Amino acid sequence: MSALTQLFSVAWYNLRSLPERKAAAITAAVGIAGVVGVLVGVLAIAAGFRRAMTVSGSPDVAVVLRSGADSEMTSGLQRDATRTIGDAPGVARNAAGPLTSAELFVIINLPKRSTGTDANVPLRGVEQGAFDVRGNIKMVAGRRFATGRNEVMVGAGAARAFGGLDIGKQIKVGQNVWDVVGIFTADGGLAESEIWTDTAVLQPAYHRNNSFQSVYVRLTSAAAFEQFKDALTTDPKLNIKVMRLSDFYEEQSTAVTKFITTIGVFIAALMGLGALFGALNTMYSAVAGRTREIATLRALGFGAGPVVFSVLVESVLLSIVGGVLGAAAAFLLFDGYRASTINWQTFSQVTFAFQVTPGLLVNAIAFATAIGIVGGLFPALRAARLPIASGLRES
Amino acid sequence: MKFLPLVWAGLKRKKLRTALTFLSIFIAFMLFAFLGALKQALSGGVSMAGLDRLIVRHKVSLIQTLPESYKARIQSVAGVAAVCHQTWFGGIYQDPKNFFPNMPVEPAEFCNMFPEFVLSDAEQQAWLKTRTGAVVGRATAKRFKWKIGDRIPLRSPIWGEPIGQRQWEFEIVGIFDGAKKGTDTSQLFFRYDYFEEARQREKGQVGWYTVRIADPDSAAKIAVTLDREFANSPYETKTEPEGAFAQGFAQQIGDIASIVLAVVAAVFFTILLVAGNTMGQSVRERTEELGVLKAIGFSNFMVLLLVLIESCCIAMLGGFCGLGVAWLIVLSGNPVPGLLPDLYLPPGTLISGALLAVALGLVAGALPAWQAMRLRISEALRRGA
Repeated sequence: MSALTQLFSVAWYNLRSLPERKAAAITAAVGIAGVVGVLVGVLAIAAGFRRAMTVSGSPDVAVVLRSGADSEMTSGLQRDATRTIGDAPGVARNAAGPLTSAELFVIINLPKRSTGTDANVPLRGVEQGAFDVRGNIKMVAGRRFATGRNEVMVGAGAARAFGGLDIGKQIKVGQNVWDVVGIFTADGGLAESEIWTDTAVLQPAYHRNNSFQSVYVRLTSAAAFEQFKDALTTDPKLNIKVMRLSDFYEEQSTAVTKFITTIGVFIAALMGLGALFGALNTMYSAVAGRTREIATLRALGFGAGPVVFSVLVESVLLSIVGGVLGAAAAFLLFDGYRASTINWQTFSQVTFAFQVTPGLLVNAIAFATAIGIVGGLFPALRAARLPIASGLRES
Repeated sequence: MKFLPLVWAGLKRKKLRTALTFLSIFIAFMLFAFLGALKQALSGGVSMAGLDRLIVRHKVSLIQTLPESYKARIQSVAGVAAVCHQTWFGGIYQDPKNFFPNMPVEPAEFCNMFPEFVLSDAEQQAWLKTRTGAVVGRATAKRFKWKIGDRIPLRSPIWGEPIGQRQWEFEIVGIFDGAKKGTDTSQLFFRYDYFEEARQREKGQVGWYTVRIADPDSAAKIAVTLDREFANSPYETKTEPEGAFAQGFAQQIGDIASIVLAVVAAVFFTILLVAGNTMGQSVRERTEELGVLKAIGFSNFMVLLLVLIESCCIAMLGGFCGLGVAWLIVLSGNPVPGLLPDLYLPPGTLISGALLAVALGLVAGALPAWQAMRLRISEALRRGA
């Protein structure tokens, strides 16, 4: 018999005997499924959060803050500075003038629908230019806010997560009452967590007279960024910093993403060890239970290689089945699950959907396979080293 | 006791399997302990909150400031014993990644209001004497290796730097410990008079007030009185007990925390299931031997006990070691400083973990032990043949 046929016939024989050991096999697969499911679930939270934070960060949009500010909240810009920014080279224009939006970013407390407890919801004052600058704002219900009136439009995520944000309702903030007139989406991006209103109305309500916190700018192209940035940062009258929106969002999401990923990977590593010990145990028992069988095979002339291979195949197969089950369960349970959490860097809530990405699934199944290989290898080597004579005598 | 060698022999029967089972249980309980620590950290302040303290903040949100002049008005409300304000300074030490909370306070009022931050008398005196003095919690002092006398530069994008300086500079005059386990000692506090003089924006405004009330039972009433006092002013307030405030804060993290906790709990039980199954299996394999024991005169009850002791042994050994090692790791430091307060294991977690370990041993051993007890000798002896 050729080596290859040996290999496959022993492996096949081994797999067919699996039903004999189904309790142990199922336990091992379930253990691995649990671990993989959790790994995927936790990392899906991080992936979803990151996506919400970064998806709308197009490279041809720039954001300008006060120099030294690490978020919009700690930034401040005067009106004349915002004009200078609009006149800088590299800014896209249309009939109405430069495509810029000077914005104010404040936080209001609204109850979460799920718990009824207060949450920090971002309220953003924008100029009409904001729609062209962002380029992805679509109304799904109602209309945009009207200039100069106490009206707000609400991101779809915020409308879902926080109480009182339905069209036709009013929200009271301090001394002011605002009508909710529309609900919008932004391709799943950060703006969907926000409430938008006219910046000129928000300024007096927050005693901000003529000051803003940030200016969002659409550039003529992504390549125009350097020119735009150089023109502004070399202007001695300005004390500002310029970032691409994509970099800005990326920076704002690092802490939470790192936090979730650190915890997720740490937990998954521990659980992986737990599952590995489980798999080792199962495979050692499987080998021990089949001592006589294996010895018989060897006595019949099958080599050590095919025996090692057959045990490994069983272990890897069980792990992959477990991994696929776990990944599928995580996908069904978590993908698209809507949640909101606080981003400490902006001190405000971000609503987002968990994302089980294909990359995550592949990694998870690879992780399961690795557990299977390590979990099967040592028992397989033991099987191959079994002395034939005493093995045949085992009960 | 004389049967202990018998239990030991049972465990040694398959050393590798015993070791692997021990390790899975060990890992499971380590996870369990971390879960407890994480949960504690996420809901942190709630259990630490003083029952006799209220937080008064701007009604719209915590980021809006209140006038410093409110202090006198709060003080004059009946039932208020003491008032102390804090302001979010948002100081950055070298890099935003080195985040820790820092706030200006009035030192005397602060020490009186928060006895959970323990400073020696000498340190308190030094703070009262040093205008640029600051006190810092043990956790942050350890994190950056600061000692008393060090000068710490901070940048504050929110308030601007003092005129003629590129950064604020504070002298560490005291390092405080927590009075209780789990007290957050990551904060730095410095003097409000220095802050007020040197800040560039919003002079005369403070972040929020902590109010001590004479009678905790009247908390709700006083909260209403306080909010009414400031109603219809440009700075309306929202007053709530410190515990509710901390809880609201913790809940901002929201579903994420509960999902992670639920999911890890699921895994904990999965690992236990797998380990328990293996333990059961190792008893079932020994049917024949148990039959022999009974044949030479062991009572049914004795056999049951032997099997149970063996499974409890391994479960408790694994469980206690796992909890112990997790405890040591948690003691050794914070894996994500700045993102979570320092971790600590609440005693409740350790106790329930220990009970779970015992329960695992009993449950995993119970069914096979029951079967072993009811085993008929003749049948058991025949099985192996």
